[in-house]
Order: sequence, then C-alpha cells, then structure tokens
Amino acid sequence: MDTTGTIFLTPGGSTIAGEVDSLFYFLVYASIAMFGIVLAGLVYFGLRYRRRQTDADTPTSGRAHNLKLELLWSIIPTILVVIVFIWGFRIYIKMHVVPHEAMEVKVTGQKWFWSFDYPQGASTVNELVVPVSKPIKLLMSSKDVIHSFFVPDFRIKMDVLPNRYTITWFEATRTGNFDLFCAEFCGDGHSDMIGKVRVVGEREFSEWLEAGLSGGEGMTPEDFGARLYVSKACNTCHSIDGRSLVGPTFKGAFGTRRVLEDGGEVTIDENYIRESILEPQAKVSAGFQPVMPTYQGLLNSREIDALVVYIKSLK
Amino acid sequence: MNTLPENHYLNARRGLKSWLFTLDHKRIGILYLYGIIGAFFIGGVLALLVRLELFGPGRDIMDAKTYNQFFTLHGAVMIFLFIIPSIPAALGNFLLPQMIGAKDVAFPRLNLASWYIYITGAVFALYSIHSGGVDTGWTFYTPYSTETTTSVISMTLGIFILGFSSIFTGLNFIVTIHKMRSPGQTWYKLPLFVWALYATAIIQVLATPVLGITLLLLILERAFGIGIFDPAMGGDPVLYQHFFWFYSHPAVYIMILPGMGIISELISVFSRKKIFGYKAIAFSSLAIAFVSFLVWGHHMFTSGQSEIAATIFSFLTFLVGIPSGIKVFNWLATMYKGRISFDTPMLYGLSFLFLFTIGGLTGIFLGALAVDVHLHDTYFVVAHFHYVMMGGTVMAFLGGIHFWWPKMWGRMFSSFWSTVAWAIVFVGFNMTFFTQFILGSRGMPRRYYNYLDQYQPLHAFSSVGSLVLAVGFIIMGIYLVHSLFRGKPAGNNPWGALTFEWQSTSPPPTENFVKPPKLTHGPYDFDKISPERTFP
Repeated sequence: MDTTGTIFLTPGGSTIAGEVDSLFYFLVYASIAMFGIVLAGLVYFGLRYRRRQTDADTPTSGRAHNLKLELLWSIIPTILVVIVFIWGFRIYIKMHVVPHEAMEVKVTGQKWFWSFDYPQGASTVNELVVPVSKPIKLLMSSKDVIHSFFVPDFRIKMDVLPNRYTITWFEATRTGNFDLFCAEFCGDGHSDMIGKVRVVGEREFSEWLEAGLSGGEGMTPEDFGARLYVSKACNTCHSIDGRSLVGPTFKGAFGTRRVLEDGGEVTIDENYIRESILEPQAKVSAGFQPVMPTYQGLLNSREIDALVVYIKSLK
Repeated sequence: MNTLPENHYLNARRGLKSWLFTLDHKRIGILYLYGIIGAFFIGGVLALLVRLELFGPGRDIMDAKTYNQFFTLHGAVMIFLFIIPSIPAALGNFLLPQMIGAKDVAFPRLNLASWYIYITGAVFALYSIHSGGVDTGWTFYTPYSTETTTSVISMTLGIFILGFSSIFTGLNFIVTIHKMRSPGQTWYKLPLFVWALYATAIIQVLATPVLGITLLLLILERAFGIGIFDPAMGGDPVLYQHFFWFYSHPAVYIMILPGMGIISELISVFSRKKIFGYKAIAFSSLAIAFVSFLVWGHHMFTSGQSEIAATIFSFLTFLVGIPSGIKVFNWLATMYKGRISFDTPMLYGLSFLFLFTIGGLTGIFLGALAVDVHLHDTYFVVAHFHYVMMGGTVMAFLGGIHFWWPKMWGRMFSSFWSTVAWAIVFVGFNMTFFTQFILGSRGMPRRYYNYLDQYQPLHAFSSVGSLVLAVGFIIMGIYLVHSLFRGKPAGNNPWGALTFEWQSTSPPPTENFVKPPKLTHGPYDFDKISPERTFP
C-alpha cells in the first residue's frame, strides 16, 4: 500500500481522481475557515463575556437583530454552496459520460466475489486487469443482492444491482495494484468481497490476455489448482489452515466423512468436490449456510480437475 | 437553604399503578425517559462490542454473523428506540405543557397510549434478538432483507408499531401548541423549544406513515412472496430505497430539530442574553421541516438513479443546509455581550455548537455529487452522522437533561463530577469519530467485519476512544442517580431562566402551577429583567 498522499486521501490513480481531490480539498479548506470562525467566536465570547464574581446582576443588551450581519451570514454560505454544487455536478457528469473508445468489461457481483469477462473471451475472478491510460467501461450487474463496486484510489463507486445494468468507467493513470471493495452490505462475506485492480502496461496487458485465454499450461495440476484457489476466490470462504470461514476448511478434508445439513453423510471424494463446485446446494455440510454460488460456466473441466488435485493435496 | 415543596407530581400518588395508569404528562415523560435510557444502554453496549471487534482485523471477539447482527441492532435500537423518541417524547412531554402554562397536553389518554405502543414496539424489536437476530443494517435494503434467514419481520413489525407512537405524540403536540397556550402567549412569545417541537411534530405526522407502509410492504414480500422490491419476484430494489429514504431523511430532522430547540434555550439562559434572531430561528425550523421532504435522493447518488434526479437532489440538499448554518450564527451572536456562565448544561450546549458545526460542514462534502461518489458508504458517512446525531442531538439531549434535571426531581447533581464526565465524553467522542472521517476518506467501507491492514491503527484508536466515551457515561450515570437521593434541593429557578416552567416549584405540582402563570415578559427578555438563580 502506497503511504504517500495526504492524511485524508490516498494518492489517486485515475484521471477523475485529481478533479475529485481538488474539490475535496477546496471543501476541507473552506470548512476549516468556517469552523475557525465559529470556534473563534466561541472561544473569544466565552472568555470576553464570561460571568465574573464582581458582575452586577443587571439586564444585558437587548440587541437581537443586525440586518447587515444576518444578510452576510446567509448570503456568503449560499454563494459557497452554489459553487460547490456546480463544481461537484460538473465532475459527476464526467464520471457518467463514458468515452467512445473505452474497452468494455462485464462485471458480475455475487456473494461474495467479483467476476470479470473481457470482450476477448478471458474471464477472471476478483482481479480486474487493465491497461494503463486506456478508458475502461464497466457494465455491471449482480446475480443476487445489491453490491457496490468501489475503488478508493480511482474515486469511483457504483452500485451493482440484480435487475438492471449499471455503468461506470475509469482511466488508470499509473500501473500497480489497487484495492477493490464491495461497498454495499451483502451478508456474512461482505467484508471479504475484496478484489484487486491490477493496472499494467499495454504490452503486458496483451500478453496477460493471451495467457488468460490459455490457462495452466506448463504448470502441474496442483500448482494450477493453488492458483485457481486464489484467483477464483475459493479462499474467500474456504481456508486451507483449518479455520472455518463462511464455508468449511479444505485442510485435511479429502477422504473424510462429513455430516450434511439434512442429516445424511457423505465421503469427500473427487465426485463430491466436483458436485459441490457445480451444484453447491446439493449436499450442504452441517453447520453451514447454503450460500455458495454455482461455478457452472466459471470453471472449465481442466480447472475443476486441477482444483480437485489441489484439495486432495491439502493434508 | 432551599427545601423541596411538600406536594409535587412525584409524591402526589404512590405505587406502581399510579405510574402505569398515570395521565400526567410529566410522569409519562419520565416513563419515556426510563425506556429511552434503557434503549441507550442496550445500543451503547452493542456499540462497544462492535468497536472491540474492530480493534484488529479478522476475528477478535465474535464471528461475522454476530458482528452483522450487532451493528444492525445498534443502529435500529439507537435510531428507533432511543434518538427519535428521546427529546420529543421524554423532555417534550415533560416540558411542553409547562412551557405554555397548561395543565397537560391536549389528549392525555392518547399520550399514555403512545407510551404503551412504544413499549409494545420495543418488545417486538428486541424479540428479534431472541428469534435469531437481524443482519440487514438498520436500512433493511432489499433484496438482501427479503433473502436473509434472520428475523426481519419481528424487527420491522416493531418499527411499524413504534411509528404509531411517534405519530400520536406528534398529533398531540400540534393540537396542544395550537389550542392550549396561556392567554396572551402568542406564537412569537413561545419558547423556541416549543417551535422546534412543533416543526418536529409536523414531520412526525406526515413522514412516519410512509415508513410504516414501506415496512409493511417488506413484510408482505417476505411473508407471502408478493413481489414489490425483490427482482426475483418482479420487484425493484431501488424503489425500496426511495420509499425508505422518503421517511428516513425527514426523520433525521425529527432527531435534530428538537435538539436545536434545546440549544436555543441553553445558549440564551446561560449567556443571560436575549436570543439573537428569534424569528430567524423559529422559521428556519419550519423551513428545514419543509425542505427535508425533498432531499431523500442524496442517499442514492451511486444507486443508479438518473443523473438529473441526482443533480436536483444535490441542489436541494445544499438548500436545507443554509437554515442550519443560520441557526449556528444566531446562537453565536446570542453570546455576544452576554454574561456567560459555564454550568454543565451550557458545556453541552457549547459542545453542540462545536460538534454540530463539524457534522454540518462534512454534510456539504456528502452533498457534493462527485465527492459523495467517493465517500458514500464509507466510514466518512459513519463519522458524519455520528457528529450530527450524537454530537448534535445527544449533546443537546444531555444538555437538556442536565438543565431540567432539577425541575424534574427538585434536586441538583454534582457540579464537579458532571463537569468531569462532560470533559471525558467530549474527548472520547472526538477520539472515536473524528478518526472515522480519515478512515472513510482513505476508502474504508462501512459495515465491514474484516478490513485490510492499512486501516488498523485508526480503527484501534477509534476503539480506544469508544472506551473513553463509555467511562464518561458511567460517571454520568453514577452522579445522576446519586443526586436523586442525596442532591441538594435546587429551588424553583436554579439557573435564573425566564420560561414558564421555572415559575413553578421544583418538582412542580401535578397541575403544573399552583395558580395559572402570568405572562409578564417574553421567554428571553434578559434585557428587561435579570431573574435570580435559586441555586448558587
């Protein structure tokens, strides 16, 4: 995590961030000025007009109006907020007008991970890889409840809804990794619905796209499975160190027998793992909620094979 | 040396039944006070548990499911059981008839009924803890609230019922203020607290039914599968957000307007100064009440609502900020050339000005469209509404409690310990919540059980602040209870104030006044007379 920037804001990473930050800092300074006036008044009046032992208990001044003063403290704040309104509006419109040449990525939110589909055919989970200095349009929808796509360093956020598409866009100004949060409460795994935006150079991006389209060549199935465990977000809900998260741990699971929610029992073998990936609600382990989404269409058979090998290896 | 009056509303009749069937607005106010303090305690303990869990990333003391239920309950209890009824139902009930020189409110039986409805609603809401908790957040956003397996119906039914209590109180106050003022007490001679209660009551009566309908629709959807908000059944989740905020934004002003009313009293009395701009303060309350109905969409700038709607809502949001700003300047100007004493109620009044100004200014950040896109649903929002609700309303409530405490019980609390508790609360509050502005603008989303390491130091600092805050409240609880038994009798008018209630004994008789009070001066005429303080 980059620790430069200021106490209030992390360094921006998108074209819009600079503009948002300018308005933000204008607001910070204007607020400090306004607050300073109020605080100065409180302190000065408090000291200057505090009741002293020697004060005679006589009536005080009855002045309760001062037209000039009242106009002043009504009109100046009004002018200030109109400036802020117009300023905020202009940037907001820029956030909502997508450049024509933008590359479109389909974003899907579901409990509790993000998946990204590229027009070239590649797809990823919890990691959005994009080229630097290119506008990226995100066409977003949810498979279940409302989520919200939030990249703090890009200063963008847009809710992701189950019944319609929402759109946002950004253009990254530097390479690196940027946190991606879900900002709309979506249940037990809400705070684990964290992904990454990886901004890379144009060359690296096209290499990555090609590699993404292949997947796993030259790796052992176990290593490939380990990579998928992270890249397909299994790790959001299943640990490999024995802790129970939203779902049961993978550690030492293979070959054991497990009690199911409906009272039945099952041996964890290759077919059970495969079934649980494709039809998660078919046999739910006792003590866990039936909340896992299906990975049908998100994993091909080679990837499922690799995951099975990987889970077997976790003694 | 002061003594307590021989007969007053507290000893007029004795026994549990005399309280449970009382029609005396003062006793009903006290009953509400008990309920509200109970709710504040429950909500406060939940808040501490939430903050403890957030001390470090990952699991500290509870799992994600429990955490989600705790923050939901903290919000729902604090808003619906504590802060909405706090000032109007407890202090308002106790004071409104006294301030207008009346014997009681217009409908004493309706008043008692509203308390029983409040308790019934509270029982439903708290039953949800027993029946599996609620984990939706206090906003109950669909479709999550339609899908979750937790006890949403019990909680929303509870809030539906609580709404009627709020509506009854509002109706009662409107009629009381219109019809029961003392002879000669025209609208411009009313204390500003009464104006604030009036503006609040209008919102309560007009907006609360919308929340009731919305929650009823949500219950219908959950219980009978009638599709209204859930897209899986053909509904629209954003419609829910519109309905919900159509009530819940005006509700913010149900919470803050009565607080502003108290501040007008405190600043004037303890500055011994005529209130600056009486009419500006009175009418700005009504202006706020009116405009507050037209700004709900500012909760939805990132919800996918149209850009035109967002723009209009942003503009109206700034409009509603202006009258609040004017009030702050009016209070400040009231102190000019006054004779200011720093008794505990005034310390809370001054903290209100300090904290509410920060809360208001950070509201401008959130009203600005582009900046809100970044800050929406982060800790910045959490900090902002705690500065307005706790730094504003709760500080005003505490100021009011300390101000009218001797009127309620006839006895005074310890000046030393109340000042100590105030200082601890003020420091603890700022430690807890100012930190959260920084967390939020650096990107920390709200309602997160777990978080990335970079946010840990600030979270830990905020959690320590919440413990400091708790110490302040514990001290407050101790000296207030102590004062009930050992406090020195305060006399009729311990602070030297001019409103009607101080002309009666402390505590007042059941009929409020031995003989009807005469209107010889306005509520803030410190330029004409300087009443003596009956307590040094």
